Amino acid sequence: MNLILFTFIVLLGFTSYYFGRKKAYTIQSTKKRLTALPQFYGYYLAIWCAIPAFIIFSLWAIFEPTIVKLLILSDYSNQGYLDDELNLLYEKSKALSRGQFTGEITPFIEASAEKYLSLRSIAQSSKVVIVLSAIIASVAYAYKRISSNSRTREPVEKFLNAVLFTASLAAILTTVGIVFSLIFQTIDFFKVIPLFDFVFGTHWYPAKAFVRDSSEALDPTMYSDTFGAVPIFAGTFFIAFIAMCVAIPIGLMSGIYLAEYASTKVRQYAKPLIEILAGIPTVVYGFFAALTVGPFLKELGTSMGLEVSAESALAAGGVMGIMIIPFISSLSDDVITSVPQSLRDGSYAMGATKSETIKRVIFPAALPGIVGSILLGVSRAIGETMIVVMASGLAANLTLNPLESTSTITAQIVVILIGDQAFGDPKTQAAFALGMSLFLVTLCLNIVALRVVKKYREKYE
Amino acid sequence: MNKNKEQLLNKRYKAEQRFRLYGLSAIFMALLFLTIFIFKIFSTGYSAFLKTWLIVPVTFDAELMMLDQNPSKEDLQDADYYDIALKSMADLDPNANEDQENELKRMVSYFFEKEIKNELLNDPNLIGKTKEVYLTASDDLDQVFKGNYPRDLPEDQRRVSDYQLKIFDQLVANGKVESKFNISFFTNADSREAELAGIASSFMGSIFSILVCLMIAFPVAVLAAIYLEEFAPKNRFTDFIEVNINNLAAVPSIVFGLLGLGVLLAIFHLPRSTPLVGGITLSLMTLPTIIIAARASLKAVPPSIREAALAMGASRMQTTMHHTVPLSMPGTLSGTIIGLAQALGETAPLILIGMVAFVNTIPGSPMDPAASLPVQIYIWAESAERGFVEKVSACIMVLLGFLIIMNLFAQIIRHKFEKKWS
Repeated sequence: MNLILFTFIVLLGFTSYYFGRKKAYTIQSTKKRLTALPQFYGYYLAIWCAIPAFIIFSLWAIFEPTIVKLLILSDYSNQGYLDDELNLLYEKSKALSRGQFTGEITPFIEASAEKYLSLRSIAQSSKVVIVLSAIIASVAYAYKRISSNSRTREPVEKFLNAVLFTASLAAILTTVGIVFSLIFQTIDFFKVIPLFDFVFGTHWYPAKAFVRDSSEALDPTMYSDTFGAVPIFAGTFFIAFIAMCVAIPIGLMSGIYLAEYASTKVRQYAKPLIEILAGIPTVVYGFFAALTVGPFLKELGTSMGLEVSAESALAAGGVMGIMIIPFISSLSDDVITSVPQSLRDGSYAMGATKSETIKRVIFPAALPGIVGSILLGVSRAIGETMIVVMASGLAANLTLNPLESTSTITAQIVVILIGDQAFGDPKTQAAFALGMSLFLVTLCLNIVALRVVKKYREKYE
Repeated sequence: MNKNKEQLLNKRYKAEQRFRLYGLSAIFMALLFLTIFIFKIFSTGYSAFLKTWLIVPVTFDAELMMLDQNPSKEDLQDADYYDIALKSMADLDPNANEDQENELKRMVSYFFEKEIKNELLNDPNLIGKTKEVYLTASDDLDQVFKGNYPRDLPEDQRRVSDYQLKIFDQLVANGKVESKFNISFFTNADSREAELAGIASSFMGSIFSILVCLMIAFPVAVLAAIYLEEFAPKNRFTDFIEVNINNLAAVPSIVFGLLGLGVLLAIFHLPRSTPLVGGITLSLMTLPTIIIAARASLKAVPPSIREAALAMGASRMQTTMHHTVPLSMPGTLSGTIIGLAQALGETAPLILIGMVAFVNTIPGSPMDPAASLPVQIYIWAESAERGFVEKVSACIMVLLGFLIIMNLFAQIIRHKFEKKWS
């Protein structure tokens, strides 16, 4: 229904464009000068068609359900039902009207369902009538108004400008959405679990909170020693540290080699090949880490007499390091190439070899940019999910032994939220609290890193 | 003194060479990882494209099927195929006792009844006759035939019994086992049985999510980029938008999953586990990538184009829409494709919005529950059954194939249609 109406409105838009342009041509044929190209008269009318339709559609979407609900529940208003029961009744009659209701059908609910259906159809037809009449009225008004000296280009361009501006707000809206979705659950979580216990507690065992029967009242003492995030934070930074131990030397050295030593031909092939590593989906790395690297390390460890867990932090961190190599190598390559040639020439003129120039002149000059790229890499490592979920353990151990399994923020979020979850459960809220801390940490890292890189770029531009 | 100098110089040259070697070996290491990686995936995955069939003679006995004389099409549909299916398996070994007959039955997939039924529906004249029918082998025997199964394990640690292996080897010796291209891997939905599981449902899920993502992210991102690059006044607010976009591009993907869960599912009550929600979540994630690419390619259009248009009396909006934006499109499109390729490989946010549910139907619209290719990889990788390992690798190969095609496409657009200025 809505789709048909929508198509019809689009068609109306095209027709009004056509009429506007035609009127402009008629004016032109009377040897009067137009103030804008004929198309603009068409666009002008089309916009007058689109705006009322858009406004009425959104008002309808906001108010229709509430009004229908009010009308239906007015039947039950003096029978002493509680609010929750009324809501339930409403949902039941809605489900019945769609034919999805499975429970016992009482005459009351059936009557409401019928009423619901009739109200919906009234609402639909009145919507069609109102939208169409509003469009016709506004287009007719605008059609009358356009004459040879009326301005049409300016309003059309203003409208387009407003559309462009609205689109650019999408990024801000997304950020607001992220903060919004995280903050309420996080606040609810900290109402039950003290912030201190979360930040300094050393026992993370969310499954314990799940055993609770939902009918029991919340008992804060039950949750002590359940949501201590220290092992999670430690595990996150530990795995990120292992990843960086792999990624920094390899990434940095290949960046230096590509920027300073490699011939154009080698560079032409090696650079995109290394960047393939960045394009491989992380779930694929996770599978590789879990199925190949983990068992390989375990076997290797056993042959050397070491106790290695099949889901060791080393396997997850190492594979994550491989994934981060291209980020560091590309960025540091860019940074090093943008160091001005004069610095190199000066150093060579003093008799320094190439490696000495790199180590003593170029590296210090490029250091801020390199640090920025490393920070971006760290932020990636902390936010990486699938590798850890698949290759590292899911139980939170507080350990600094790379051969044991640990868990990370991201892995815990997935473990908690996979499958059905009840909002309002401290366990679910814990996932959002973890998400909040992840968001804050990576945000700080990103802001610092982006600022450092930007400052550095400006220095040599 | 001179000798000392020479020694020093030698030392410095050696250090130079060592440094160079470090760089070279770093690149070598990175490429080595890539090679191992791809080799590993392909070597475990290619066999999933083959499927093992057992060729079993089936006697279409009308009495066992409870069919009358001259049965109609409906009768054939409703006939009882279980008994003849069971009997033809049991006939593989005439001396089998009851337990062994059970084991014989488990040598093929539980789908075997249906396969026999289809054979008869295709050719109703078969009633009363015997025909050799291709039956899907069970996933364990499939692995045995492909040589991935540790046959030397003690019997109680294997899911395949010695008896089954004996019969299977006889069949192999008689040429009654065949390996053919695995079409069902591409046409079946997910299944708990490895031999029947396919990628059709997750593939459609991926396609729908990417389409939704494209339809939302592309227009919004391009419009936003046009505003920021061509119209935005330079002030605090636009700076803030810019910082925001750069930050969003580096926010971990799982946070977007939390956004989808906390806003799209919990507040707007959109249907869980659907490509619609997945696509919206992914579109928020790809938005900054496309904005950044579109801005870069708008920036690359030389100012002389704009100046020429303005000098001819075009308004700023006309200049932008008629000249700058069309010229920037190749760069924008290739950036969009790369952003979509990223979104296609994304797993974590989709898991959070419930696209990991087991779906054994092929979704027909973005509003039906579905998985996606990367999520399918995750689901299968978590399964314990041996048969799924090669499926995971094969699914990865399909996914990587798509990513390669998309990236190539982006490269082609960039090189073919982008104007080189200067």
